[in-house]
Amino acid sequence: MRTWRRICVGATLVVARCVVMLTLEEVKKIARLANLNLSEEEIDLYAPQLSEVLEYVKVLNEPDTPDVLPTYQVTGLENVFRGDIVAPSLSQFEALRNASQTERGYFVTGRVNAGI
Amino acid sequence: MKLNELTLRQSINGLKKGDFTSKELFEACLSRTKEVDLKVRAFLTTEEYEENTKSGESILGGVPMGVKAVLSTYDKPSSGSSRILDKYQPPFSATVVKKLTEAGAVVLGSTNADAFAFGASTENSGFGPSRNPWDTSRVPGGSSGGSAAAVAADECVFAVGTDTGGSIRQPASFCNVVGLKNTYGRCSRNGLMAMGSSFDTPGVLTKTAEDTALLLQIMAGQDPLDATSSPEPVPDYLRNLKAGVRGLRIGLPKEYFDEGVSKEVADAVKKASEVLLAQGAVVTEVSLPHTKYALAVYYVMVPSEISANMSRYTDIRFGGPRDIFESEVKRRIMIGTYALSAGYYDAYYLKAAKVRTLVINDFKTAFNQVDVLLTPTTPTTAFKIGEKVKDPLQMYLADVLTVPASVAGVPAISVPCGFDSAGLPIGLQLIGPHFREDLLLQAAYAYEQATEWHLRKPVL
Repeated sequence: MRTWRRICVGATLVVARCVVMLTLEEVKKIARLANLNLSEEEIDLYAPQLSEVLEYVKVLNEPDTPDVLPTYQVTGLENVFRGDIVAPSLSQFEALRNASQTERGYFVTGRVNAGI
Repeated sequence: MKLNELTLRQSINGLKKGDFTSKELFEACLSRTKEVDLKVRAFLTTEEYEENTKSGESILGGVPMGVKAVLSTYDKPSSGSSRILDKYQPPFSATVVKKLTEAGAVVLGSTNADAFAFGASTENSGFGPSRNPWDTSRVPGGSSGGSAAAVAADECVFAVGTDTGGSIRQPASFCNVVGLKNTYGRCSRNGLMAMGSSFDTPGVLTKTAEDTALLLQIMAGQDPLDATSSPEPVPDYLRNLKAGVRGLRIGLPKEYFDEGVSKEVADAVKKASEVLLAQGAVVTEVSLPHTKYALAVYYVMVPSEISANMSRYTDIRFGGPRDIFESEVKRRIMIGTYALSAGYYDAYYLKAAKVRTLVINDFKTAFNQVDVLLTPTTPTTAFKIGEKVKDPLQMYLADVLTVPASVAGVPAISVPCGFDSAGLPIGLQLIGPHFREDLLLQAAYAYEQATEWHLRKPVL
């Protein structure tokens, strides 16, 4: 399992070592994943800007980190629980206050399976 | 001295002695705002005076504060400085805002920032940039630029801000005010519009180090509403505040003084080290060899966390449609989405997280040799509006000296330490070990006592 993982990491590192120039198609794909509707002008504007940033961060490949553990958060805290005690929370009125559309105390959204 | 020019300490003393009322102080700040804010544009909205029923017996006695737009303030406009939350009125207050109002502070208004705190100049605000009171053709810094400008222009006594990669320290440095980024987890993030959840810290911009100490005492502490807030006990920040720096070991990390830093800035900070030396500190050179990777760690991990945090804006429970996000918001969401996507996660996010460990270890090693580090806060003084906004990477590179402390979660403070030949403020940065804000405030206070930079005011 570990050897397989090392090969995959190695492969993606090789990909990352080539100059990053995002194509317009790739930018469209990222925008779709991020649920952003971009105009053609925006895609043209962002592609080189994003590429430049991604090229810069490749400097992270310089230091060798074979045995370094990743740090995702600096506190070291784990499994912070609270007691199972009921306490006051937002009222329905407060919770609905900022919604663009509500109906009879519910948030109104688009149909989840529209188009299927 | 006009009431709005007072420090927090002076305001508290004056209110307690009955020299003036909370309403008079508020009105003085509000008229100052009416006088200068057309030029400075620190505030997005201002409030009318509302008596804080807690003012009477409280510590802060009714002092007016600005609140950065990304901190929720109950029932008041808190737009995140973004068009998408233009009409948003939070149903709760951020914990730190709540603590301050319960301690007697009164909200003067919502200060401008880069949208959702993504930026270093306020040029990414959905409502136009703020201006540096020292030269209104220049940026006040960011993302807490409105807060810094408001304090520098004496429009309020202090202002609340947030610092994820330098967003309190850099504008403090550009505007000649004091800005502390506390240890990650020292103050609750509840009610902050989340940017990089493992980096965000709320804090304040003030006129003096003592003012910061007074406010940190109120804001710090574990919060059941923020599971990442620390159980570390809150010390008495005033106890050793005036103890001086005799015997304090100060390290100057050589990586923070390289050719990217302007000569005037580097010289001002070196002169500051001589001031502290003369007061009995011990100054040595140290090295943090992974400093050059910290910015890349930041600009992989923070956009990644941003892309997750921004997914809550769905135009259902609050806010408008996602297409009205500002450009910088869209850019960072996309960088993060890419870095976390299948096939790239290991090369970008995981690798950055490993290099983060190396940056943290650099600080651990340094703090075995010295008590605090002294560096410039920013490589240059305030840049012109429009100078960097078309080149996102250039804008990111402006964070190079503040970002390492954010990556490690250690506390760091910016304090005024001089002016360049164009009359623009220069800030020094003191960085300390986790939860040693007391040491930073002690050193900052000692430096202020020996200098007068922090007393200078812009001409508006």
